[in-house]
Amino acid sequence: MDKKELLELGVVEEGKPKKPTPRLPRREIACQDPKERIKNFNEVALGYTLKDAVYEAMRCLECSKPRCVVACPVHIDIPSFIGLIARGKFEEACEDIRKYNSLPAVCGRVCPQENLCEAACIINDTNPKNPIAIGRLERFAADYLLSQENGNENKIEIRHKTPFKVAVIGSGPTGLTCAAELAKMGHTVHLFEALHKPGGVMMYGIPEFRLPKEIVQKEINYVRSLGVNIETNCIIGKTIPVSDIMNEFDAIYIGTGAGFPNMMHIPGENFAGIYSANEFLTRVNLMRAYEFPKSSTPIRKPKKGVVVGAGFTAFDVVRIMLRLGADEAEIVYRRTRKEMPGRGEEIEHSQEEGAKIRELTNPVRFIGDENGFVKAVEVQRMELGEPDSSGRRRPVPVPDSNYIIDTDLVVIAIGQTPNVLIPSALKNLSTRWGSVINVNRETYMTSVPKVFAGGDAITGAATVILAIRAAKEASRGIDEFLKDPQKKWYPQAFSEKK
Amino acid sequence: MFEIVSKKILAENVVEMTIKAERVAKAHKPGQFLILMNYEHSERIPLTIADSDKEKGEVTIVFLVVGFSTNELATNFNVGDKLYSVVGPLGTPTHIENFGKVVVIGGGLGVAPIYPICKGLKEAGNEVISIVGFRSKNLMFWVQRIESVSSRIIVTTDDGSYGMKGFVTNALQKLYDEKEKIDRVIAIGPPIMMKNVSKMTLPWGIPTFVSLNTIMVDGTGMCGGCRLEIGGETKFVCVDGPDFDGHKVNWDEMEIRMKVYKNQEQQILEEHNCKIGLR
Ligand SMILES: Cc1cc2nc3c(=O)[nH]c(=O)nc-3n(C[C@H](O)[C@H](O)[C@H](O)COP(=O)(O)OP(=O)(O)OC[C@H]3O[C@@H](n4cnc5c(N)ncnc54)[C@H](O)[C@@H]3O)c2cc1C
Ligand SMILES: Cc1cc2nc3c(=O)[nH]c(=O)nc-3n(C[C@H](O)[C@H](O)[C@H](O)COP(=O)(O)OP(=O)(O)OC[C@H]3O[C@@H](n4cnc5c(N)ncnc54)[C@H](O)[C@@H]3O)c2cc1C
Ligand code: SF4
Ligand code: SF4
Ligand code: FES
Repeated sequence: MDKKELLELGVVEEGKPKKPTPRLPRREIACQDPKERIKNFNEVALGYTLKDAVYEAMRCLECSKPRCVVACPVHIDIPSFIGLIARGKFEEACEDIRKYNSLPAVCGRVCPQENLCEAACIINDTNPKNPIAIGRLERFAADYLLSQENGNENKIEIRHKTPFKVAVIGSGPTGLTCAAELAKMGHTVHLFEALHKPGGVMMYGIPEFRLPKEIVQKEINYVRSLGVNIETNCIIGKTIPVSDIMNEFDAIYIGTGAGFPNMMHIPGENFAGIYSANEFLTRVNLMRAYEFPKSSTPIRKPKKGVVVGAGFTAFDVVRIMLRLGADEAEIVYRRTRKEMPGRGEEIEHSQEEGAKIRELTNPVRFIGDENGFVKAVEVQRMELGEPDSSGRRRPVPVPDSNYIIDTDLVVIAIGQTPNVLIPSALKNLSTRWGSVINVNRETYMTSVPKVFAGGDAITGAATVILAIRAAKEASRGIDEFLKDPQKKWYPQAFSEKK
Repeated sequence: MFEIVSKKILAENVVEMTIKAERVAKAHKPGQFLILMNYEHSERIPLTIADSDKEKGEVTIVFLVVGFSTNELATNFNVGDKLYSVVGPLGTPTHIENFGKVVVIGGGLGVAPIYPICKGLKEAGNEVISIVGFRSKNLMFWVQRIESVSSRIIVTTDDGSYGMKGFVTNALQKLYDEKEKIDRVIAIGPPIMMKNVSKMTLPWGIPTFVSLNTIMVDGTGMCGGCRLEIGGETKFVCVDGPDFDGHKVNWDEMEIRMKVYKNQEQQILEEHNCKIGLR
């Protein structure tokens, strides 16, 4: 881009001081019209134009003690990258973010930024509800670079190669990040993934209309360009025994996520037409069932869909149901909207698209037709009682309040827990609740020497950015261990990692 | 990777393929299966590993052309072509020890997967009586191969065109009537056959194991699509199985869950004008 074009966008001229415009309103992001978007799977939020990005970047004060950076779990140097955008250095902005986060196009889209960096932005104090749109700028910078030729290739020089080999298990955000960080440190990294495509929940869980799969694959290509060898179709514990991995590698990082679906264990749950969220999402997102019969994995299309639960997953499911052509799709939740763990923006978007929410309602049994397909759910009304250990008011059933909701497709989205495959193969691996792996708070080492873990595997279902943070911290632990394995690493205190 | 090294048409619509998949071959144990994909946007299809060569790093599958994906695999792929994905071995291996006298029953396509099981059982010191059943003589395959790992083999055909006329259950009944002391029965084949075998052995008190082929996606315990009620509890067939106590399987539920995509399976066949019929 030449200088004139840049100046027309309103960038800060070289050598001149920036005149921030914090009082101007935050720039909204263009979205597909709800009436249109429920007919397709294309991305809902269209992203900033160059002009939008420069406008928004000009609002940032580039604070010297930035609160936003403290609030970001991986401490991206936010004023620095926003400053680069304000000066028309769009590619450099993304390179700058990549020093802290290898997946900026993903995080810019799916991070709960309204509770993190943006909640902390100082502009909230003087211009309430108008913090800098940090997430959108992060997405902008990443998309800009990824759309350039070689934009998904590493440009930094990697320090000399160490003799150490590390196996990373699972290619979700935590595995990819840990692999990237270790590769940058000069270690040889082999990343194993069970599915045919790397990316974890970013590929099979989060739908295309929130996180395009092409973008995820480009960010993964960046990780590859750091020298990480990714092997798909390889289930550790099945394709390769855990013991072989233990023998072959100097350290192991478990980033296997929380992929085991919780079911409700109520009568009728196995009728045809009742899915776990994982199955429904995997068919649609990873296997592209929405393009059936062009792609060859089928999915049942609902007329009247019911989703049980109210997290990220439930909202994604209800929005997919509408896109598959459902006349009606509703969320059934046993608490109230106030207690919903889903992200504000997603809840809003789902409402615009026509999703309904039935609060204080809990299924007690499913009813099938003569062919064994679900035709209705019997539910029970709930009311909120005393707060539980998490501080949320516990729902309690209202006696004699049962009634029937007709439906032809039900998705159970009440959470996931880690898979037991690796924990059961590693003797002496300390876990809690059966499969959540315990790690040392500082080093992320598990109770088994040279085995580390992070992400949803150590917390249960959480967020992308927390999975990334765990990987960054763990990579330091692994690096230290490789250099000094004799150090007193254990016995050590194991505890829950937040 | 995943190159097809040999392909044979064993009978009408029955194809044997050997695929290069070193890691899968090396780790394979009897009773396990793999999941393959033809192309990047294909379905994931689970198929039992009917044989493996650990030295050469090859696995053999035998499949019946039943619908779109198996048809695509049989017609579009030849020796030298590569499959997009092969993952495995999946599932818990068949429990093998010296039980004494074991009757292993294979019906139709189920004949292929019993090969590694018979072999394993024989190596463990069992007396293996195999019963293999086909609809007709022209659909027979792998009889010699099974015979080579059995102490005795009984072949049945529905129409009597070869061996004993009737179903595999008739042969099993005959063994029982002849007062064979059977310690265990293993049956693999169409659900109706496995159900009937299980029903038959229940009053005889003979432990009976079947290998279930519910609809699957990932095959790693992630989706729950393969779930089924076994002995009153919900199990994931891909990780808890595929072998289960035949006396505990909820066969009615199995039947229902296999039909979930009937309409779509028909639709994709029509859409692509596929004709099933490979000789
Ligand atoms: C539908 C849905 C929507 C979500 N939306 C958001 C959102 O908007 N924002 C947000 O921040 N978070 C969101 N989350 C949560 C977020 O996706 C997860 O917290 C995050 O992906 C966890 O990362 P991870 O790397 O620990 O695990 P995962 O992403 O689960 O990756 C684990 C990987 O390990 C592989 N694996 C497992 N076992 C093995 C094995 N034995 N051998 C080899 N590979 C193995 C799996 O196949 C998988 O690819 C969402 C989750 C879901 C389900
Ligand atoms: C553990 C296991 C082992 C198997 N081993 C063999 C084998 O050795 N040889 C063999 O010929 N077949 C085997 N099958 C069945 C085989 O997977 C299906 O025949 C195949 O997926 C059908 O695909 P299609 O597109 O050609 O047919 P479709 O038209 O899609 O379906 C035809 C039939 O196959 C069933 N089916 C469809 N999709 C799946 C799926 N993803 N998983 C399971 N069943 C499905 C349907 O219920 C239907 O009855 C096995 C299945 C399982 C679960
Ligand atoms: S990673 Fe998340 S928290 Fe950090 S700056 Fe980006 S959007 Fe904000
Ligand atoms: S706190 Fe807000 S204004 Fe300050 S640097 Fe961060 S984003 Fe910019
Ligand atoms: S196939 Fe997905 S859990 Fe069994």
